Amino acid sequence: MSVDLLLEIGSEEIPDWMIPGALESFRALVSQALACDGVETPVIRADATCRRLVLQASGVYERQPDKAERLQGPAKSAPAAAVAGFAKKAGVAPEQLEITATAKGEYYSFLKQVPGRATKDLLAEALPGIVLKIPFPKTMYWTAKNGPRFIRPIRWIVALLGEDVIPFEIAGVKSGSVSNGHRRLGGSSIPVTTKDFEQKLRDNFVILSADARRKKIESEISASVKPDPGLLEVLVYLTEFPTPITGEFDKSYLDLPAEVLVTVMRHHQKNFSVLDANGKLANQFVAVMNIDADREGLVKRGNERVLRARFNDARFFWDQDQHKKLADRVADLASVTFQAKLGSYLAKTERVVQLTGTLGGDNFAQRAALLSKADLTTELVKEFTELQGVVGGLYARAQGEPEEVAAAIYDQYKPVSMEDSIPATTAGQILSIADKLDTLNGCFSVGLIPTGSKDPFALRRAAQGIVKILVEGKLRIPLRNFVSGDVEAFLLDRIRYYFRDVRGFKYDEINAILASGWDDLVDVEERLLAIQSVRSTPDFEPLAASFKRIQNILKQAHFEAHGRGIDPELIEHGPEADLHFAFVATRVEILTQNYSQALESIAALRPKVDLFFDKVLVNAPDERVRQNRLTLLHSLLAEFSTIADFSEIVTSS
Amino acid sequence: MDTYQDIIFKLKRYWADRGCIIQEPLDLEVGAGTMAPETFLRVLGPKPYRVAYVQPSRRPADGRYGENPNRLYKHQQLQVILKPAPVDVIEQYLGSLEFIGIDLRKHDLKLEEDNWESPTLGAWGVGWQVMLDGLEITQFTYFQQCGGIDLELVPAELTYGLERLTAFLQVKDSVYDIDWTADATYADVRFQDELQYSVYNFEMADVATLWKLFDLHEGEAARLIGLYKKSAEKPRFPLLPTYDHVLKCSHLFNTLDARGAISVTERVGVIARVRKLAVGVAEAWVDQQQPKETAA
Repeated sequence: MSVDLLLEIGSEEIPDWMIPGALESFRALVSQALACDGVETPVIRADATCRRLVLQASGVYERQPDKAERLQGPAKSAPAAAVAGFAKKAGVAPEQLEITATAKGEYYSFLKQVPGRATKDLLAEALPGIVLKIPFPKTMYWTAKNGPRFIRPIRWIVALLGEDVIPFEIAGVKSGSVSNGHRRLGGSSIPVTTKDFEQKLRDNFVILSADARRKKIESEISASVKPDPGLLEVLVYLTEFPTPITGEFDKSYLDLPAEVLVTVMRHHQKNFSVLDANGKLANQFVAVMNIDADREGLVKRGNERVLRARFNDARFFWDQDQHKKLADRVADLASVTFQAKLGSYLAKTERVVQLTGTLGGDNFAQRAALLSKADLTTELVKEFTELQGVVGGLYARAQGEPEEVAAAIYDQYKPVSMEDSIPATTAGQILSIADKLDTLNGCFSVGLIPTGSKDPFALRRAAQGIVKILVEGKLRIPLRNFVSGDVEAFLLDRIRYYFRDVRGFKYDEINAILASGWDDLVDVEERLLAIQSVRSTPDFEPLAASFKRIQNILKQAHFEAHGRGIDPELIEHGPEADLHFAFVATRVEILTQNYSQALESIAALRPKVDLFFDKVLVNAPDERVRQNRLTLLHSLLAEFSTIADFSEIVTSS
Repeated sequence: MDTYQDIIFKLKRYWADRGCIIQEPLDLEVGAGTMAPETFLRVLGPKPYRVAYVQPSRRPADGRYGENPNRLYKHQQLQVILKPAPVDVIEQYLGSLEFIGIDLRKHDLKLEEDNWESPTLGAWGVGWQVMLDGLEITQFTYFQQCGGIDLELVPAELTYGLERLTAFLQVKDSVYDIDWTADATYADVRFQDELQYSVYNFEMADVATLWKLFDLHEGEAARLIGLYKKSAEKPRFPLLPTYDHVLKCSHLFNTLDARGAISVTERVGVIARVRKLAVGVAEAWVDQQQPKETAA
């Protein structure tokens, strides 16, 4: 017999960005609880709004299948008391026991019938734990200290299996069959069944499916709305009945930079911006309400009023800020502290200007460095801190600085994430690296080193940004000349992360490449691509295994390079001479080859290496021969490890 | 159309009907209603408590000489503490908006995540900013910790921005145009305040004097906290006056900050100094309020 399942956890408003992850965990945990040998785990549909996490399934078994379980008792030779004890434990008379033969002898046993548990009981027991186990980034308690924790207070629970309530309780809330509609448009005590749940919610102004809410928004906003998938998702999970409305603002605000207008609309008001026929910002915005309609235009009026006030602020700040040019603000940075032990932003500016030059930045880059932090003293940045850098770039342009300078200032904080792009110009890239390097070196020098999840100066992001810019900007800057000690190790960690998690290279390939040097990250990338391309060729991994063997042999022999080179006189004809010849030839060959060709050439040595190990005794009785063979192996390893240290490759054999 | 004071009267009435003590504001400078002992100290300990009061809140850095239509040196908050939070606390809150004439079927109301933290008070909670047609009108917080102490009962704190709410209801673009009464605007009542305090805070406050005052209040608070630990007569120990000195420190810090006398990183250190005092008072207060077992 199978039935429908409905679970609804009614909560106070859950932060939008946490909902999809929490819902998926909820589904996985319930699915796990329902998993059982011999029956198919039902497919669970999961939905959520800001006020509810909902799971629905049909075809859920009402009870697990019965199982037979063989209990093994004492040996056949055991005293009667022990046999009786076992029978009692099994709940049968001793005569009912069977004898089973096992490899160790004959034993009393009993085939116990274990009835399957009723799903209702199983879920009633498991659900409180499951719900409280749903992971959220930050939880709260609400009943009292040491009470259960959840993202926000749980206010109602619907739990139905078929027509029965699955009885349980979480934080004083008993499960039942009564749900709640939209806070103001819907009812607050709605009896539901597994069949009519979604429709009942819909009747009470709750659109259960996120996809349906997304489609409703998309279909009701005009095509001229600037697409913003991130904002759309926020609004999908911030509403139960989303309805977009369009508002206007005075055209005169369009004189403000689009960046400022969009920041106000998107980040402060969660509004979409609208583009005109030329792709420029129009004097309109789209707000998404959590009600069905704005019949009297009250919501439109309210939103327009708030936006007007915000734009007015921005305009006021912009105008105020123009009274003093960026260049004249640099000196004011003396009173803005970067970090107590590292001095003011003026001091930082001076360091960054110098570093920009050392890194090869041109006059534009150095001018940009000089002005880069001046926007921290502007009113607009104090108000919209997320626009620092951007505002500096806009002001530089408005104040007649060269475009190269403005662009570099504008981009100086890029990339803000691994998904973000790097600065567009070389000047911007070098400025960004200089700024981040200065922060890294400075913070490490005064002991502000990130630990665990604590990284208040976002040093990981800074280091990660440096790596991304160097690689993707193809800047051949010898990074290691500019860092030392702990910072070097810290950067190396970020380099590994970048190539592994962002770029998808295998960790052993990364180890192999980095072991052969990482002075130039562009070169590291080229070598990685090469090793990736030859990895799948048949000779590669066996050769890597051979290199590892060579390394072990050298280590066991305590071999130390003596600089005498290989003595051809001591080389025996056959596999040893063949290997020596191939080694010399390959060494010459790869001089003119690119990395992947070179790696292929090296990999082609494999049969020679194999044969050598097969036929030649490294530990020759003649000490001079032995040393010569070790020297040959060492030369192989040394000469061919400049691209990658093959011994780092994890081979399947 | 309700006047500013009508709205205040109604909200007080509404919360009085729901069991709140209607308190008058704390007579010291504070940056927020949370800092008043009616919140900061009352949320500690196991005793249920419900209170509502209007708290003038001073934020020197927000002063704009009375020229900015939305920004004030001193604004007024209606602070409501429901300890513990009732299960229908959000419904009760929404009821208060309807009580002052907002038909929530015609307006867009959203609860957007906004966790509150006050480093100077060692306090934090989770909650929302309540957005009405895109305007933040209330901060709603479930307190979790205060003075560095996990709370026994979780209070809901509702902080209404009264000027914003009224400007919204009266459809005014500037808070100064709000009708305080039928005859007087907000500007009539408060403009001089805004202008003169902006001049003082930004231009004339003497930094050396403010630091001296800060040190004096800090010293007195620290001295008292130290004495409490050794006190043989703890139940009558003056912790409330001690806390006054902590609040003085907090306000002086804000004024120094507005004056541009505190650098970004110096801030961290000064905040830690105030926090240490606030935490000291909170711990002593919890100890003092604990029902003591009588000696056998």
